[in-house]
Amino acid sequence: MAVITMREALNQAMREEMRRDEGVFLMGEEVAAYQGAYKVSKGLLEEFGDKRVVDSPITELGFAGLGVGAAMVGLRPIIEFMTFNFSILATDQIINSAAKMRYMSGGQFKIPIVFRGPNGSAFQVSSQHSQALESWYAHFPGLKVVMPSTPADAKGLLKSAIRDDDPVIFLEQERMYGNKGEVPDGEDFLVPLGRADVKREGTDCTVVARSLAVPLALKAAEELEKQGVSVEVIDPRTIRPLDIETIVNSVKKTNRLVVAEESHAFCGVGAEISAQVMERAFDYLDAPVKRLSGADAPMPYAKNLERLALPDAERIIEAVREVAYLE
Amino acid sequence: RPDDYVLTSYRDHGHALVMGTSPDEVMAELFGRAGGCSAGKGGSMHLFDADKHFLGGHGIVGGQIPLATGVAFATKYRGTDQATLVFFGEAAVNQGAFHESLNMAQLWKLPCVYICENNQYGMGTSLKRAMSLSDVSQKACGYGMESEFVDGMDVLAVRAAVGRAVERARKEYLPSLIEIRTYRFMGHSMSDPGHYRTRAEIERYQERDPIKVFGDSLRRKGVLDDEGLKQIEARVREEVERSVQFADSSPEPAPEELFTDIYANPIQRQ
Repeated sequence: MAVITMREALNQAMREEMRRDEGVFLMGEEVAAYQGAYKVSKGLLEEFGDKRVVDSPITELGFAGLGVGAAMVGLRPIIEFMTFNFSILATDQIINSAAKMRYMSGGQFKIPIVFRGPNGSAFQVSSQHSQALESWYAHFPGLKVVMPSTPADAKGLLKSAIRDDDPVIFLEQERMYGNKGEVPDGEDFLVPLGRADVKREGTDCTVVARSLAVPLALKAAEELEKQGVSVEVIDPRTIRPLDIETIVNSVKKTNRLVVAEESHAFCGVGAEISAQVMERAFDYLDAPVKRLSGADAPMPYAKNLERLALPDAERIIEAVREVAYLE
Repeated sequence: RPDDYVLTSYRDHGHALVMGTSPDEVMAELFGRAGGCSAGKGGSMHLFDADKHFLGGHGIVGGQIPLATGVAFATKYRGTDQATLVFFGEAAVNQGAFHESLNMAQLWKLPCVYICENNQYGMGTSLKRAMSLSDVSQKACGYGMESEFVDGMDVLAVRAAVGRAVERARKEYLPSLIEIRTYRFMGHSMSDPGHYRTRAEIERYQERDPIKVFGDSLRRKGVLDDEGLKQIEARVREEVERSVQFADSSPEPAPEELFTDIYANPIQRQ
């Protein structure tokens, strides 16, 4: 197994799938000549040429819709949003076209498209460039929503997403592009969509975390172990469809649940997980579910305020101690 | 050509029929029945027929324009000489989707024919009250695209103009914009009170009804006589009635259809 960055893992996934299938192409802002705003598409133009690695104008609604149209007639587009903040301009085509085309045509079309790019906060880029939009997209039947937290998951899940016949919203995290991890060798390495991963086993409290919150939860779990608290960390990896069984089974064992997330709490994925756990495992809970989410405020610019707006390991530790009645 | 593609707005019944979708399936779709061309899930606004290359009926004004641009991108990607034709009303021209698509199509030389059916009203708002430059065909200038204005009441003129654009798409991979000036005789929908225009205006245009005008011209040229026209009308009426019977006898979709066709690859769990 090689140790590579998340950025390299994503690059490998696209490169391998483009070699495997002529119908896969990459389109987005600065993906070709510039080599990607975050270098995720580095070297792809050289290998595949400008027919398959296409620099688009800044026209998110247009190229998102173009991708859906190309998918309707059998190509497999990867549409990169430089950040998912800009996908807001394209939501009409993602939600009204991609998510519903199969259904409203009575099953006549497959829409094998991946919309990918960084989601969530970056480094002091303020309100319009720091939004975590997973709950928006996860709301709609017809879409699949994926959020990897390790290089191995990033590669295996992106390869699965490209091979999948449905529209997949693939949410990366700019702060994590440089994170390193072991990635299994071989072009056949896939991680299935729709399956959670237990990142760390434990017995006293379950922490469900995704994307940026996963390494924070693992750090918190390490610290809590020293304090005699055994934490199980679950990464759903796919938000829709959600592998709620794995989460519920864990809660039945630990009897406590904390959800850590970067996004706002209101109408968020943490709220959904809390509700489903209450519906399915109410009698197993020894404490109310605790959510640790991003602040209910637009993201500020100032470094100290930005830090306050995001979850961190310390506050996950506090949350676990609270539901374990140790505070 | 049967391998060309067509997309349109929610005003899609005629386009589906022209592409070869059977009137039975179109009518059953309007009735919300399982025998409809979208299995009763799309309805009036979302007729689809993949086999006939009719890629729908789309309900968001202008939403089909980027989709068609993508279909044209795909045919060029594969190196075929298929053309993609996309229809939209003049109100869609004010949407960003229209302008973003024309820019990409000319920039990348995509074989797409953009056809504006300008019926002069976006719901109840006249073109003059909604568009600063109301000469739609001129919008192509901003993108360096070929364009043409054609009288939409003249069937053969429309056919010739679209034919030229399709040839351009096939041979040169170049897009075109065609403005077809026409008129909407009926209301926008079944709940349209029609207060925004006069009866006299409607009647003035009804005299130029393209079906009537084309029929008159065929008669003048001796292609058809009164008897021939009557036969066509009778055949159409019979076909409509048969399709209503088909739709009436087609079953409603089964309750479990509520949850089918959401995903092509549903996630299976043990």
